[in-house]
Amino acid sequence: MYAALWRILPGPLWVRILLVLVLLAAVLYVLSTWIFPWVDSIVSNQEATVGAP
Amino acid sequence: MIGSRQEKVGDTPTPRRRLSVVGVLGELLITGGVLVFLFLGWQLWWNDMIVANQQNQAASDISRHWIEQAPSAAPTAQPSPEPVEPVVAAQPAKGDAFAVLYIPRYGADYHRTIGQGTGLSILNSPRLGIGHYPQSQMPGEVGNFAIAAHRSANGGGMHLIDTFQLGDPIYVQTADGYYTYRFRDLQYVKPSAVEVLAPVPNRPGVKPTDRIITLTSCNPLYSTAERVVAYGVFESWRPTSAGPPDDLAPIIQAQAKG
Repeated sequence: MYAALWRILPGPLWVRILLVLVLLAAVLYVLSTWIFPWVDSIVSNQEATVGAP
Repeated sequence: MIGSRQEKVGDTPTPRRRLSVVGVLGELLITGGVLVFLFLGWQLWWNDMIVANQQNQAASDISRHWIEQAPSAAPTAQPSPEPVEPVVAAQPAKGDAFAVLYIPRYGADYHRTIGQGTGLSILNSPRLGIGHYPQSQMPGEVGNFAIAAHRSANGGGMHLIDTFQLGDPIYVQTADGYYTYRFRDLQYVKPSAVEVLAPVPNRPGVKPTDRIITLTSCNPLYSTAERVVAYGVFESWRPTSAGPPDDLAPIIQAQAKG
């Protein structure tokens, strides 16, 4: 899968490396801005109080 | 991961490796594992740090606002500092920011805003972070001023609650003034132990004579199985116009600059 992605990327080696880094940064941005907060609201048990909040 | 360049060697080019189901499945599983670690890093470190900074900043702003709003000290000669009954404010509306908490044991720059209520809208808020149990008393009031905060993530307002040492100061600043409490002891309880919020903690129904502060959070760290409770005893009160207690003054000054 990742090997196929690498083959699809155009240009010489350094362009490909640059593209990979840009793609990784984009993925991290989307994750931390939208995906992780959404997951956090579902999976985290956030009780910190005694009794009913 | 790097594509093989076997096509170049040999006369008969070997066919390009096809995507195999097992190969893709394996890469997806590895990706999933990496994502879980990324999420934990985001939740417990990155986002925790960002929210903690926002909460600190919000507390600085509200503290500065109170100090600027306060009427300057009356020009009359200051009477001898005999013990004065602390001013007790009325219970604020739900969600209102009404106090700022300073705990030097948590770090010199630790200050967080206390909001009314203990729902997640208050504990997770980048503006607040610490919640006041509405059924408990107010700062300086005879009885129990009980507050709650997260132990980890979302700013982790009580991350270091288990590092308290006897006599550590706990300052509460409101629009009226500064309330100084001294740490007394820790207690570990079940999440259902509402009796720690009683006017006399653990003695529901008993008429209070002391002024207590009660801090609750999760225990153990990164778990919600139990609750850790820290108690402090009221020591003194100063109106805003009289300035903060000596040990708190440098902290207030530093945050006024920041």
